[in-house]
Amino acid sequence: MDFKMNRRDFIRAVGAGGAAAALSACGTAPQGPRRRTDVVVIGGGPGGATAAKYLRRFDPGLQVTLVEPAATYYTCFASNWVLGGMIGMDDIAQTYGALQDQHGVRVVQERVVAIEADARRVRLAGGESLPYTKLVVAPGMEFRYDTVEGYGPGVEGDIPHAWKAGEQTRILRDQLRAMEDGGVFVIVPPGNPYRCPPGPYERASLVAHYFKAEKPRSKVLILDRKEGFSKQGLFMDGWRKYYGDMIEWVPASGGGLVDHIDARTREVFTESGFTRHRADVLNVIPSQKAGRIAQEAGLTDDSGWCPVDQLTFRSRVDGDIYVIGDSSIAGAMPKSGHSANTQGKTAAAAIVREMSGEDMLALSTVNTCYSLVAPDYGISVAAVYRYQDGEIAKVPGSGGLSAADAPDYVRRLEARYAQGWYDSITDDSWG
Amino acid sequence: MKRMHLFAATITLAAATLGMTTAVQAQVSRGALMATTCFACHGTDGRSPGTMPSIYGYPPEIMMHQLKAFRDGTRPATVMDRHATGYTDEEIRLMAEYLSTL
Repeated sequence: MDFKMNRRDFIRAVGAGGAAAALSACGTAPQGPRRRTDVVVIGGGPGGATAAKYLRRFDPGLQVTLVEPAATYYTCFASNWVLGGMIGMDDIAQTYGALQDQHGVRVVQERVVAIEADARRVRLAGGESLPYTKLVVAPGMEFRYDTVEGYGPGVEGDIPHAWKAGEQTRILRDQLRAMEDGGVFVIVPPGNPYRCPPGPYERASLVAHYFKAEKPRSKVLILDRKEGFSKQGLFMDGWRKYYGDMIEWVPASGGGLVDHIDARTREVFTESGFTRHRADVLNVIPSQKAGRIAQEAGLTDDSGWCPVDQLTFRSRVDGDIYVIGDSSIAGAMPKSGHSANTQGKTAAAAIVREMSGEDMLALSTVNTCYSLVAPDYGISVAAVYRYQDGEIAKVPGSGGLSAADAPDYVRRLEARYAQGWYDSITDDSWG
Repeated sequence: MKRMHLFAATITLAAATLGMTTAVQAQVSRGALMATTCFACHGTDGRSPGTMPSIYGYPPEIMMHQLKAFRDGTRPATVMDRHATGYTDEEIRLMAEYLSTL
């Protein structure tokens, strides 16, 4: 097998880890320390994990290293199901054993401190450097704290965003459980574009489901900086059917635009500060930008997100770097776990073909996004995408929403498929 | 992972038969890349671990017929009608042929 190790790589490997480590690069053991790596993937979410797995599937000869600081990744998708009391935290936990043991990906549990693009290497917090031929950057998103005054990293322990799942999800769930009947749960959704467009509204739905059973005098108030939202008609029909007037959505023009919050008293001020809402549990989901490492490596543009060639997901800033998932600007595709998965496969195919001197194939990506309005009432939006006139566009005539007049058994089926989708996409990304 | 090995072996054999030097090109065909988009919902290699239907190993004629029935609305669906309308006859054929090899 040709590992394509040139003289420079060999010297680099020897320099980094000594002769013994360099020799191990010629062996077949999938987890040899410090072996030469063709592709480094930063980030073990649905985008990065899928890219690493499919790079190895498309070309089993490639050396692929995945760098992710956490041993366990909690999926943001389905984390609202935890808040609704339908499933537990363990049900949204993903780990990296299969990628390492079954797919031959070297998994490094470390934090990336810098991308040294000129030297084509990634520097890790522990001091090690990983040289790469191609780099996949999949760091998800980072919050912008400039839209809601009074909200920042310092108050996240009391006022959770719960938009990166894990400890934040647990905090919000526990606050909802501790809340007394008759309380008000206030959600402040982010401005566009952001991770998981229907997510805040699924959250409102499933918290209402929990309230209806456990705390029926309580209320969910959504103070929105937008004028509309994903699957709006379907959500609102479901809300009327299941929750009556328990959920109230206030658009920006109706007084929903939050000016600032007082984290200590859980007060939310709208309409330039003239109207005050008192929350018993407060969930502020800040507006967003590309993940930290993408910002620091200069892969972003003025929008705060990463411009890429939308056929291959190659960065417009650096030709050896590919940016996928939330951080990328991907035309008509929403920022979702499913988008990240399908983009991971696209980038993997583009890299494998480029490394073997072939042009990229026609792009083919999809998105299917299920939301639960209630445990047995599911709705979805789907689309098929093509590369057209320089960007990713929806195929005309494809995709769309669940039918507005669908009978209950279709909603039940879609709820069942939402769970099936979770089982499949997590298996396809990490399994 | 027995499946993967078997699959890899098949590809290697096919590649050897065709006199190709690597198995790479064989796997990232257009049909393969399009079909991988099915795997997010239907499981890697079309083998569903949960409530989604598995889609591997069907004769291509049957898969093509089903996808076209979703597309023209003659087979009722929750979401597959919205996906199938995104593909041409030729693309449906490429995907169906790839899925039949899994």
